[in-house]
Amino acid sequence: MAKQPSKKVLDRNQNLVQTRIYWTAALILVITGAILLQVINLQVIRHDHFTTLSKNNHIKILPVVPSRGLIFSSDGVLLADNRPSFTLEIVPERVADVDSVIEQLGRIIAITPDDIQRFRDLKRRARRFEGVPLRLNLNDEEVALISVNRHQLPGIDVVASLNRYYPLADSLSHTVGYVGLIDEEEFENLNKSNYSGTSYVGKSGIEKAYEDLLHGYVGYQQVEVNAQGRKIREIYREPPGPSKDLYLTIDASLQILAVQALSGRRGSIVIMDTNTGAVLVSASSPGYNPNLFVDGIDRNIYADLLRSKDTPLLNRTLQGKYPPGSTIKPMLALGGLSRHVREPGSETWCPGWYSLRGSTHRYRDWKKEGHGHVDMVHAISQSCDVYFYVLARDMKIDLIHETLTDFGLGKRTGIDIGGEADGLIPSRQWKREALGQPWYPGETLIAGIGQGATLVTPIQLAVATAVIANRGRLVRPYLLSEVRDSATGQQVIRASTHEARRVIAANPGDWDVIIHSMREVMHGERGTARSSGAGTEYQFAGKTGTAQVITIAQDEEYDEDEIPEEFRDHALFIAFAPVEAPEIALAVIVENGGGGSRTAAPLARELLDHYFNRQKRLETG
Amino acid sequence: MKEVSFTQKLHIDGPLLFGIIVLSLIGYVVLYSASDQNPDLIIRRSIHLAAALSVMFIVAQVPPARLSGISLWFYLVSLGLLILVLFFGETGKGAQRWLGVGPFRFQPSELMKLALPMVIALYLSKELPPPSIGKVFMVLIFIIAPVLLVAKQPDLGTAMLIAVSGFAVLFIAGISWKLLAGFAVVAMSSAPVIWNLMHDYQQKRVLTFLNPEQDPLGSGYHIIQSKIAIGSGGLYGKGWLNGTQSHLEFLPERSTDFIFAVFCEEFGLLGVLILISIYLFIIARGLYISMEAQHVYGKLLSVGVVAGFFVYIAVNMGMVSGQLPVVGIPLPLISHGGTSMLTIMAGFGILMAVHTHRRLLSN
Repeated sequence: MAKQPSKKVLDRNQNLVQTRIYWTAALILVITGAILLQVINLQVIRHDHFTTLSKNNHIKILPVVPSRGLIFSSDGVLLADNRPSFTLEIVPERVADVDSVIEQLGRIIAITPDDIQRFRDLKRRARRFEGVPLRLNLNDEEVALISVNRHQLPGIDVVASLNRYYPLADSLSHTVGYVGLIDEEEFENLNKSNYSGTSYVGKSGIEKAYEDLLHGYVGYQQVEVNAQGRKIREIYREPPGPSKDLYLTIDASLQILAVQALSGRRGSIVIMDTNTGAVLVSASSPGYNPNLFVDGIDRNIYADLLRSKDTPLLNRTLQGKYPPGSTIKPMLALGGLSRHVREPGSETWCPGWYSLRGSTHRYRDWKKEGHGHVDMVHAISQSCDVYFYVLARDMKIDLIHETLTDFGLGKRTGIDIGGEADGLIPSRQWKREALGQPWYPGETLIAGIGQGATLVTPIQLAVATAVIANRGRLVRPYLLSEVRDSATGQQVIRASTHEARRVIAANPGDWDVIIHSMREVMHGERGTARSSGAGTEYQFAGKTGTAQVITIAQDEEYDEDEIPEEFRDHALFIAFAPVEAPEIALAVIVENGGGGSRTAAPLARELLDHYFNRQKRLETG
Repeated sequence: MKEVSFTQKLHIDGPLLFGIIVLSLIGYVVLYSASDQNPDLIIRRSIHLAAALSVMFIVAQVPPARLSGISLWFYLVSLGLLILVLFFGETGKGAQRWLGVGPFRFQPSELMKLALPMVIALYLSKELPPPSIGKVFMVLIFIIAPVLLVAKQPDLGTAMLIAVSGFAVLFIAGISWKLLAGFAVVAMSSAPVIWNLMHDYQQKRVLTFLNPEQDPLGSGYHIIQSKIAIGSGGLYGKGWLNGTQSHLEFLPERSTDFIFAVFCEEFGLLGVLILISIYLFIIARGLYISMEAQHVYGKLLSVGVVAGFFVYIAVNMGMVSGQLPVVGIPLPLISHGGTSMLTIMAGFGILMAVHTHRRLLSN
């Protein structure tokens, strides 16, 4: 040690530490005294009170689970039901050897390894003396078999509960979603008191988005128990806070028709109310059976669903990303008009192809021999590609990007169940950031016919179509229309339709041109979808689209019959009706369906006929 | 020179060992009742106890000078493991506390309960007390780093325990009362900030503590039932194995965190007085060892260990009797559970080492 402190300093410091030890001892005594006082308070002063409580304490508090709210369509069809079901439960604390009891039960009824695995998972987080489900959905025979053998099986209970059931099964699986057993992660995040006694939670779709409303609040009952903890009688009951029944905007009959129209092909149909944003149809095909998920899906079935190249688990309406093809032509035309890049009457010469100056690359029109001289109305109704190559060239990618984004394309619509994909409207900035490359003029032409990097979801296309119908006002799509108290049936919330926002300012005359040309698509002499527009009692405006899945080389011909199915074009169609006072807008996509006019437009016609005929029947009848 | 006794050769402190043995015996008795006479638990308790006593014995052999030499490394390694837990920890009961090494799992926060007093004692023993303001702030950093990491897991009880054993060392080292008052003011004014940083379930526990009836299905239930158990025990208790609260499954966690309620119900106030006396006896012996210690490091470290031990008792009893929020801290040497027992016994090993190596060193 370099410097030896004097003895006096040492002593003073030694004393300081010594004093602090006394202080510590004093503090410890004070705190111990405080604890002791509380124990004396409980054991001496309030002893009688607690003795009384203790004697009466054959009372247990058990959760009373609210029954999950039902889900209905706007036309009153039950979409999610609760069905009585019987569950076999084991109270592990009352069983000497759980494994041997499971083995014993396995000789009476069927118990799979999956059942045992699930039982072990649930057992780990169960409260003490709480029944843990071993087998779900016992049938009557199994219930009887257990009852007969009950005397040999202490600690075993058959519990009646309500199980979720989806009557429409595949037809609306993605939108309604499904419930499933609460998993480890959900368990940690849920309010444990409120979910004591609840085994299921919403996993996707409406079931997940509105979990709080559907679940309600847990109640509790005070029950008197005997020395073995078995319930003797109920003393007090705090009823559960009633759950809420949900009424969706979905029109079940139209929805079923849409799913049938897609007839198992990969695709999506969206129909929405142009005035409110209410989604009447949200069909994603193929669907899956949500009932399979309720009690934990069989591993092999799940693997098949995941592996299937039809990707049935994908909600195409919100998550499917497709090149919009020619369906964006009316929107681009409006952008050209409102920004004075084009006059409606000015014509473009279409020889069947177009080349940029100084390049030999020919950008082809779908019509090999060309459309000749076309103005805007003809360009849209006949879907002339060359007209739009030239328009795109003049608008440049920046204005294209701005226009399409204004229509709501390439970004989430904000629909109330979430889980949407973004899609993409390419821009210079995007290309620089994503690919580190500058934008090339040729890409602008491709973007002008909705090809290249452009990707949109069916719901976005429907919203953009509604913007045309509303002449520049955008409505946000939504699925929940009404909330009612499940006990009283009283309406609690009426979904407030969001105020339509004006997103595009253009002259009424500009909108007239666009809407007229979309009407011409359906009802004009040379409209691309005139066969689907023929003989309607209502007027409708539409636009076909055909999106390439593979690039056809310069010297090649596209021959549908020679191309494998997964490389065929996507068929698209958008429409709204009636033209003069729009009520509904729609988007149809059939993956690898070939041409939009041939495959997609007839489906739309079928659905619109159903919608307007029914309306007429209601008015006259 | 006084003759070196047998226990001293083994580096065992007789009075301390006596206290530990009496406490362990009481532990067996209560655990037997709390576990519904489950022989399985008694066997496991015996294994834990044997392991923990061995650890104590081994630690007692290490001269304090050697211990001070590894203090810094021990602290840094423990801190590193706490950071590892944050990323690779295994989750149990909603918190990430465990680190798995092969078939073993352990909680680095347990190591920190000893590592923190060790490193602070080392740091403050380099110079004569009282510590300068600069040193005090350095010590605060030593304390805050692991406390935040443990609180993040989240394990508030252990975080508090670690913090107190660190502050105890600082207090003994002679930090000025003015500075101490300053800390108190800062701590109180930061309470709202801490409240906002707390997890939902932690906030709920505090709220439930203030008003247990609010959540009769959740943690409020624990407190209500535990108070009934204690209160109905009365002066002499209902007798061993006769606690109705405990045996009718009203009391949760009764062989671990809430075992004090079982004890109170069956042995009454009389039993509580005896139990507290034994705890105080062990604490008094610990403080005596600190006072007798000839080196500042040993002095400071012993008080850190004793303070940690006392916080276990105070927080557990306070929680079970409804004075503190439910934070999940066991009652030392009575509650079932191996990890905390190991740490506590290692702490006693340190106390014994400080005491028994003393005379040998002075020679």
